[in-house]
Amino acid sequence: MKKETKIRYNTINIDNVKYKTFLTKKFKNRKPYKKPELNIIKSFISGTIRNIYVKEGDKIKSGDKLVVLEAMKMRNDITAMTDGIVKKINVKDGENIIKGQVIVEIDA
Amino acid sequence: MAHQQKTSDLKKRMRDALKGGGDKAIKKQKAIGKLTARERIIAILDPNTFHEYDLFVEHAAKDFDMDKKYLPGDGVITGTGILIGHPVCIYAQDFTIAGGSLGWMHSKKITKIMDHALKLKVPIIGINDSGGARIQEGVNSLAGYGEIFYRNTQASGVIPQISVILGPCAGGAVYSPALTDFVFVVDKISKMFITGPEVIKTVLGEEISMEELGGAKIHSEITGNSHFYAESEMECFDQIKSLISFIPWNNMKKADKFPKKGPKTRKYKIENIIPTDPKQPYDVRNVIKAICDDSEFLEIQKQFAANIVIGFARLNGDTVGFVANQPNVLAGVLDVDSSDKAARFIRYCDSFNIPMVTLVDLPGYLPGVDQEHAGVIRHGAKLLYAYSEATVPKITVILRKAYGGGYIAMCSSHLKADFVFAWPSAEIAVMGPEGAANIIFKKEIMSAENPDEMRKKKVNEYRKKFANPYVAAAYGYVDAVIDPVETRKMLIHAIEISLNKEVISPNKKHGIPPF
Repeated sequence: MKKETKIRYNTINIDNVKYKTFLTKKFKNRKPYKKPELNIIKSFISGTIRNIYVKEGDKIKSGDKLVVLEAMKMRNDITAMTDGIVKKINVKDGENIIKGQVIVEIDA
Repeated sequence: MAHQQKTSDLKKRMRDALKGGGDKAIKKQKAIGKLTARERIIAILDPNTFHEYDLFVEHAAKDFDMDKKYLPGDGVITGTGILIGHPVCIYAQDFTIAGGSLGWMHSKKITKIMDHALKLKVPIIGINDSGGARIQEGVNSLAGYGEIFYRNTQASGVIPQISVILGPCAGGAVYSPALTDFVFVVDKISKMFITGPEVIKTVLGEEISMEELGGAKIHSEITGNSHFYAESEMECFDQIKSLISFIPWNNMKKADKFPKKGPKTRKYKIENIIPTDPKQPYDVRNVIKAICDDSEFLEIQKQFAANIVIGFARLNGDTVGFVANQPNVLAGVLDVDSSDKAARFIRYCDSFNIPMVTLVDLPGYLPGVDQEHAGVIRHGAKLLYAYSEATVPKITVILRKAYGGGYIAMCSSHLKADFVFAWPSAEIAVMGPEGAANIIFKKEIMSAENPDEMRKKKVNEYRKKFANPYVAAAYGYVDAVIDPVETRKMLIHAIEISLNKEVISPNKKHGIPPF
C-alpha cells in the first residue's frame, strides 16, 4: 500500500474530466495534427526527378504539372495543389531526392 | 534383398534425412539461440509422442541446377503428436535446409498436414523459420503460399490455429500467421515484415534495423500482430501449453473442465481494489484475479493496446474469456487499437464456445484527430459488431464508470448481454458529471455570480442524481446491483444457467463486419 503513493501517473482529459492514468508509448509518440501546406510541394516517396515543367516566376493553376518524379519504376506527375506563382524550384533534372524533400515552393 | 537389408536401407535413408541441413548449418542456428526444427517440435509435444510424415519428400525444382541438390524433407518437418493428452497436427520449417525456403513440395507437406488437422478436427501448430519463397521455384512457391492461406481461412473458427514465429517470416509468408488465431513471438529471434529494411531503404530512403522494423517487441507493443511474447523459446513453449489448456480442441467441443478452485482471496481482496473516485486508476487485472479460479489469468496481447485487457481464466473449472477496460492505461478508453484487440478476441470466444465476462470501467472513446483519421468509427464499430454477433453466454459487470458510447459498446444489455450486473460504485450515464453539468447547466453557470461555485454545485447535483447504477436499473438495463464480494458467485450461476443458451439469428451466409 505504501508503494502506491510513489507511483507517478499522467493525466488524460476525457469530456472535461482529468483521469489519473499511465500513457502508452504509442499515445505519447502520436503526431499532433498539422494543417497541410498546399503551397509547399514535397516528395511523397524517394526517387529521381525526370522532368521539370515549370520555371521560377511562372504563373500556375491548381492541377498543373510541375515535375516528374520517378520512383519504383513509375513516372509520377507531381501537380500543383493551389493556384499561384512558382517561387522556388529546389531540384534539378536527374537529381535523386528523399521522401519528404521540398520540390517546389509556390506563392499562393 | 533380404528383409534385414531392406530395413537397414530404410534406417540409412532415415539417418540421411534426419541430418537436416548438416552440422555446419545446425551450429549456426544454435549460435543465435535457436533450437532446430525437430528439437522445437519435441519440446512442445508430450514426451515421445511425435510421429513424423513425409520424411522422404524431395523438392521438385529443376531449374538453376536445383535438380542436383538434395534437401532433406524439403526443409519442413510435419507430423502429429499429443499435447497435454490431446492430439495435434504440427509442422516446423527447418532453417538449416535452404534457409527454410518455401518451395512447392515444402508447401505440399504443410497443406497436407493442415488438411489432416481440419479433417481430424484437431489444432494445428505451425512453427515458422524461413527466408521466404524459394526464388528458384518461381511461381510454384507463390502457389504454395496461396494454398496455405486458403486452408488457414477454411480452418479459421473450426480448429485452433497457432503460429510460432521462431526466425524470419517475411514477405508473403507472414500472411499465414496473420490468418491464424494466436501468434507467438520470441525476443531477438522473431522477425516479421512484408518488405524488409533493404527494400525500405532503397525505395523510401528510410533506415531501420530488422529488430526495430518487425522484431518481437514491435509486434507485441505497436502492431498487435503477435499475441504472446517470450524471452526464450522454452518460455514460448510453456505459453503455448498454457494457452492450449484453456481452449477447446475444435469448434464443436467445450474446453476441458478443470478441478474447481477458489481465488486467492488473501492476495486479491475484491472490495479493496477499486478507488471510489472515478478519476483514480487501478489495475483491473487484480479484479479478474479476485474472481477467477486460483487467481490464474492468461493474458493475451499484454503489451498491445494495454487500455483493454483480454484473456482466459476459469470459473468453477470452466474456461471463460475476460474483456476488461484497464483504468491504469489511458484511463481505460476505447480507441482504434483496443477496439480491434477486443473485437477479435470476442469472435474467437464466440467461435469456440467460450462464455464471456466483460468488466466495464471506461470514460468513453479517445478524442483526437489521429484517432478520427485512423478510422476510430469503423474500428470502434468492430466491437459493437463482435458483441452483437456473439451468441455464447455474455455476462457484463459494470464496476465503475460506464459513460456514453463506451457504455453501449462494452456488452450492454442492448447488445444482448444475457446478464448485466453493476456494483454500487457504478456510474452509468451519458458522460461524466463534470462534462454533463457543463452542457446542461451552461446558462446557469455562465450567469452565476460565482461560476466556479455554481459549476461545482451543479456537478454535484448531477452526480447525485445520475452517477449511479440505479437509473439504469430502474429501466431494467441492469439486471442486478450486487455487492462486489458476490461477483464470483453471481458469474458462476449466470454461466451455469446459460449452458443451453440458444439464439436464432437471421439466415445468412456471413455478415459484413467493419473489418
